Amino acid sequence: MKKVIERSMIVPNMHLLEIEAPEIATKVRPGQFVIVIPVEEGERIPLSIADYDTEKGTISIVFMEVGASTSALACLKAGDEVATCVGPLGNETTIPSSENVLLVGGCYGIGSLYPVAKELKKKGNRVSTLLEARSSYLIYWQNRFIPLSERIYTITRDGSLGTKGHISRLPDVINSMPEKPDRIIVNGCTYLMAHTSEITKELGIPVVVNLNPIMIDGTGMCGVCRVTVSGQTKFACVDGPEFDGHNIDWKEFLARRKAYMTEEALFFRKSDARFAHKEGKCAWHE
Amino acid sequence: MNDEKTQEKTSKMDLNRRAMPHQPPMIRRNNFDEVALGYTEELARAEASRCLQCKKPRCVTGCPVEIDIPGFIACVKKGDFAAGIKKIKEKNCLPSVSGRVCPQESQCESKCILLNKGGEIAIGRIERFLADWEAKQGKVDLPKKAKPTGKKVAIVGSGPAGLTVAGDLILLGHEVTIFEALHKAGGVLIYGIPEFRLPKAIVARELDYLKSLGVKVYTDFVVGKTRSIDELLEEFDAIFVGTGAGLPWFMSIPGENLNGVYSANEYLTRMNLMKGYLAPRSATPVKKHVKVAVVGGGNVAMDSARTALRMGASESHIVYRRSHAELPARAEEAENAEEEGVIFDLLTLPLRYIGDENGWIKEIECIKMELGEPDASGRRTPVEKPGSNFRMPIDAVVVAIGNSPNPLVPATTPGLDTTKRGTLVADPETGKTTRGRVWAGGDIVTGAATVILAMGAGRKAARAMQEYLTTGKQ
Ligand SMILES: Cc1cc2nc3c(=O)[nH]c(=O)nc-3n(C[C@H](O)[C@H](O)[C@H](O)COP(=O)(O)OP(=O)(O)OC[C@H]3O[C@@H](n4cnc5c(N)ncnc54)[C@H](O)[C@@H]3O)c2cc1C
Ligand SMILES: Cc1cc2nc3c(=O)[nH]c(=O)nc-3n(C[C@H](O)[C@H](O)[C@H](O)COP(=O)(O)OP(=O)(O)OC[C@H]3O[C@@H](n4cnc5c(N)ncnc54)[C@H](O)[C@@H]3O)c2cc1C
Ligand code: SF4
Ligand code: SF4
Ligand code: FES
Repeated sequence: MKKVIERSMIVPNMHLLEIEAPEIATKVRPGQFVIVIPVEEGERIPLSIADYDTEKGTISIVFMEVGASTSALACLKAGDEVATCVGPLGNETTIPSSENVLLVGGCYGIGSLYPVAKELKKKGNRVSTLLEARSSYLIYWQNRFIPLSERIYTITRDGSLGTKGHISRLPDVINSMPEKPDRIIVNGCTYLMAHTSEITKELGIPVVVNLNPIMIDGTGMCGVCRVTVSGQTKFACVDGPEFDGHNIDWKEFLARRKAYMTEEALFFRKSDARFAHKEGKCAWHE
Repeated sequence: MNDEKTQEKTSKMDLNRRAMPHQPPMIRRNNFDEVALGYTEELARAEASRCLQCKKPRCVTGCPVEIDIPGFIACVKKGDFAAGIKKIKEKNCLPSVSGRVCPQESQCESKCILLNKGGEIAIGRIERFLADWEAKQGKVDLPKKAKPTGKKVAIVGSGPAGLTVAGDLILLGHEVTIFEALHKAGGVLIYGIPEFRLPKAIVARELDYLKSLGVKVYTDFVVGKTRSIDELLEEFDAIFVGTGAGLPWFMSIPGENLNGVYSANEYLTRMNLMKGYLAPRSATPVKKHVKVAVVGGGNVAMDSARTALRMGASESHIVYRRSHAELPARAEEAENAEEEGVIFDLLTLPLRYIGDENGWIKEIECIKMELGEPDASGRRTPVEKPGSNFRMPIDAVVVAIGNSPNPLVPATTPGLDTTKRGTLVADPETGKTTRGRVWAGGDIVTGAATVILAMGAGRKAARAMQEYLTTGKQ
């Protein structure tokens, strides 16, 4: 059981969750994740660590409400508890020194890139940040990235902020940069990571992704998180989650991530979280 | 023991091994309740009275923890069950588990003098009876603990090896803390072996017992990640590593990452630990599969194939490259599986998995095998029969061909040596690793083995740790 310090919606459908977990807060490195079970007998879901406070002994997570487990998390209030929060898991993101790094973040990945940005800056890298979203109102934490980045770019699908369009406009952003980045680190939804990898392959820029396959234990026991990297099977929870985006079999990866879509939807329809919504207990409807 | 005398003695008795009541196959294949119902008092006593009480009991030599088998059987015969269970517990702290899952036919019972004379004594079933009898009495007598020594011991992993060490060292007066990566303690007993073979309430009972003795159990704590062994060594006087098996093996054949191809660990964890068998009431999603093929022939394979039936598959196959005689599973489980309708495709090897346009498995291409010359281990090596390829339409595959040792602790602990296979280097007699104050045992040292071997290793390590904790000698 871990105590919830705070839970708030930062932009529509995207929540910040701060949990008391001193043993994790004192160990975590950028790019690592935790496995959370929202309620007793619930499912184990992996979530990246978006911030941590060693002194306070807390970690923060940014998550998108997509299904039963995340909507259960979205109903939490300060003082509530999550059944399990275990970590920090996975390897930390490789931090170069004195490189020109472009961070590409979308969705929850904007949050999980924040510790990476801080560490990059600390190690003397020049950081640029590209935030991607459907619309300007879905972009969060720009303020946190401003002091860490030389430049901040945005791409929005509706053009309400920055470049209009999709991540396919990435080459335009790169062309507008004073110098080509030495590497790109991308966190966020699978499509964002897959497309960024595809595009940068053509541009010849190394790209590092933080993969998000389906996981259960997160400790190298079950094998569900396997991905094909350079033709070899790797286990994202112990070999990753960081991988070279150019070497991933994205088609297979996308198919594997969607494996349980029907069952998840079915469970969501039947689950308590949904009832909470209906009964107006959920924070959403407060 | 003189053969003639044995003959004479046995001939006066009912020679049949008492069968254990089971749920009927066609009923049990549809539920997750325990298959074997256990002996009644009468059956247990009848079976016990067949034992010859050998002067030099061979059965004991077949038990990895050397339980006084004739001793506890004599108690059962007399009806003194309390004394019987006490005898077992001198050597084995989890009899309700070992009585159920030990491969008795290759251990204690394989050595019984009656093996070829009308049926070996059902030692495991009597052991199980005693453990269940004790549980039914409600209150378990807590043994006396030694005076507190002020020494602190950390145990990494809560499988049978770790639990044994915890049980032994807590009684000797040390402070014992178990760290477990998952959210429930028990190791394979909880996440792997299914409910219908080892009810989880039994494992919970054993854990409660340890807790009532004062063992602290921290779940959700991954040693190597949450804290390293080196950090734990600052706080604890001695550490036992019993982290068991890790990453599942695959065969490196095409299509293994298709959806619907599971490792047995994933499949069983989904069903057991994550309560998939309660779906759609449980949160962790499970798929409904119609035709399931399980690759492998061990206990893990049998458990997976039988779980698939219970999850509603209309066909569940065991695909195994050798013949029936070589199946490494407990004989009883293979038999149970067969009775329940699991189809055995023996002498068959999968060559590749074929998927549909959405990345889901739809067929396996297999080849038939035949047994060739015996290999170094004396087992006949299966060889492919050229041209015998065929396809099996299937919508799920469970790969149950083994695991490598859990990588986390070795990878994060400098100076802790591993073998080429990734297992920890440890003295077989003491469990001493290549790091000071660190002992290890169970599957992390031996590779995939058995519950009772893990417990035996735990016991030896506990003895060596006690020696260190009291004398400072390692
Ligand atoms: C290393 C890692 C880090 C992640 N970090 C974050 C994060 O910081 N913030 C965030 O919002 N999301 C993150 N995710 C994704 C997050 O785990 C899923 O969104 C979450 O599990 C969805 O659960 P659900 O029950 O709410 O939705 P569901 O309806 O169950 O699932 C929706 C989709 O989420 C994915 N998913 C479902 N279960 C799992 C699972 N056990 N493991 C992984 N993916 C699953 C599937 O693609 C599924 O189709 C991360 C995933 C990984 C592997
Ligand atoms: C499906 C299945 C069926 C089986 N059937 C039988 C049978 O019928 N009879 C039989 O005798 N044997 C059977 N076995 C084998 C038997 O279960 C194992 O040999 C035995 O459990 C090994 O015990 P252990 O204590 O070494 O480790 P495990 O039982 O594997 O326990 C290890 C524990 O350590 C934890 N852990 C791992 N890494 C860390 C870490 N870094 N930090 C904290 N905790 C960690 C794990 O989560 C796990 O809980 C079966 C195995 C399986 C998988
Ligand atoms: S512990 Fe296992 S091998 Fe030993 S007597 Fe009991 S059932 Fe037989
Ligand atoms: S169990 Fe078998 S070997 Fe052991 S004492 Fe009885 S008859 Fe002899
Ligand atoms: S999540 Fe189970 S092995 Fe990676």
